[in-house]
Amino acid sequence: MRIYLDNSATTYTDPEVLQAMLPYFTEVYGNGSSQHFFGREALVAIDKAREQVAAAINCRPNEVYFTSGGTESDNWAIKGIARAHSKKGKHIITSKIEHPAVIKTCETLEREGFEVTYLDVDSEGFVDPGAVEAAIRPDTTLISIMTANNEIGTIQPVREIGAIARAHKIVFHTDAVQAIGNVDIDVVRDNIDLLSMSAHKFYGPKGVGVLYKRNGVKAERFMDGGEQERNMRASTLNTPGIVGLGKAIELAVRDREANNARIRELRDAFVAKVNASIPDVKLNGALDFDRRLPGNANYSFKYIEGESILMRLDLAGIAVSSGSACSSGSLEPSYVLLSIGVPIEMAHGSIRFSFGKSNTMQEVDYTVDKLQKTVEFLRELSPLFKNVQGEQRYV
Amino acid sequence: MYNQKVMDIFANPQHMGFIEDNDGVGKVGNAACGDIMEISLKIKDNVITDAKFRTFGCAAAIATSSVATGMVIGMTVDEALKLTNAKVVEYLEGLPPQKIHCSVLAEEAIKAAIENYYERSGKKPADGDKEIKYV
Ligand SMILES: Cc1ncc(COP(=O)(O)O)c(C=O)c1O
Ligand SMILES: [Zn+2]
Repeated sequence: MRIYLDNSATTYTDPEVLQAMLPYFTEVYGNGSSQHFFGREALVAIDKAREQVAAAINCRPNEVYFTSGGTESDNWAIKGIARAHSKKGKHIITSKIEHPAVIKTCETLEREGFEVTYLDVDSEGFVDPGAVEAAIRPDTTLISIMTANNEIGTIQPVREIGAIARAHKIVFHTDAVQAIGNVDIDVVRDNIDLLSMSAHKFYGPKGVGVLYKRNGVKAERFMDGGEQERNMRASTLNTPGIVGLGKAIELAVRDREANNARIRELRDAFVAKVNASIPDVKLNGALDFDRRLPGNANYSFKYIEGESILMRLDLAGIAVSSGSACSSGSLEPSYVLLSIGVPIEMAHGSIRFSFGKSNTMQEVDYTVDKLQKTVEFLRELSPLFKNVQGEQRYV
Repeated sequence: MYNQKVMDIFANPQHMGFIEDNDGVGKVGNAACGDIMEISLKIKDNVITDAKFRTFGCAAAIATSSVATGMVIGMTVDEALKLTNAKVVEYLEGLPPQKIHCSVLAEEAIKAAIENYYERSGKKPADGDKEIKYV
């Protein structure tokens, strides 16, 4: 048995995407910046991908900058805006549950003398747009709030936040790495000035991403070197990756509703079965499933530790991820779970199940069965657990 | 990241549970890591005749609990006090570096259980104070 329930970590490359990419490794291998026909052929493919991205998020093709992935896009967006606008001010607003690609970047800027407000989120992981507005100062130059959270799946009120940023003439960036293909995004309607994405999260290849930057928004370049990407991002363009990203986003947007409906059905069945068959669990994240990524189910299992759950599911052929300290190699359990108020011992016992378009209902049933046995086994083993006359409680 | 030996022991841990009529119990925890380990001992004529564990923790913590309890059964109390996490890790053919601190708990839990045995039986500790982190 090999069941993949870690689609938020990465997805497989869709066969149709792979097919589209293949000629660009072997036949059409020119450098997209070369003037000769080898280069021009590559450039045609790159420009097509640029249009595919533009159509997917409703921007202009020349607002699309290809990068090496979500991390680079986040780094570039935040450092590039903060540094380019530092004469106006040095204050940034973000949230406590952003991806490390955003948080660590903000921390670097703090060491350079910038000030960052990390907004609290509520118990389901929502940023309050009112709190964003209240945090704005005369020296605020950037608001960066993710579209959807990678651990708990909460989808932020990006449109409201975008409207606030626009009203105050502050640049708005959103990390949409988890959202592309899952959430309806329109950078014009939602007032988004910059947006990060990463192809491998939507059935494209790894190591390629996009930063969308609205024309007219001033940003520093990030990679110094050649004059690629309108002199904003140096390095020879990754033609096969870019072609794959373009194809993947086209498919993701075309099939979004059908995929979401299917994936959501699996996730909802999983949640219903877990809630019915395993006592003392807590579903973390948005409880209104219309405001949650369709494939995400993040659970805390009382009395037991997440990595041991993960490893026993691994032994059963099920791949998931955990927010426990011991699986991340850090000493603290997930800061996202702590930020939504999950008690520390329960944060240690948390697992993220993320469903994707190739999962099946049989896999859901098998997983619930193994999960139930795993939880029972580990609770028997736990010094925190006592089954007192059928009533489970901490001891 | 875990080797096959660790995975095998984690898949089938031995000596799980709690000795109700124990002669010593030690419960130690590393809240930072999220591991809590409890070891109960049965001791007769200064020899450990049985040992069981209950662990809230990662695969490394569970595997080291299983190995450490297995190792001390049959040892004298003094021998068990000399069991180090290095010996447990050696038996496991290594642990990932970030997991070594989880293995320290097994050593600490056994020492805490023996300390508890000394306290309850009125016997004197073999060698002075031990640094033990109780929960
Ligand atoms: C929300 C979010 N932002 C950024 C990233 C980083 O993307 P990449 O690893 O492709 O650079 C990820 C990937 O885990 C993510 O989930
Ligand atoms: Zn551990």
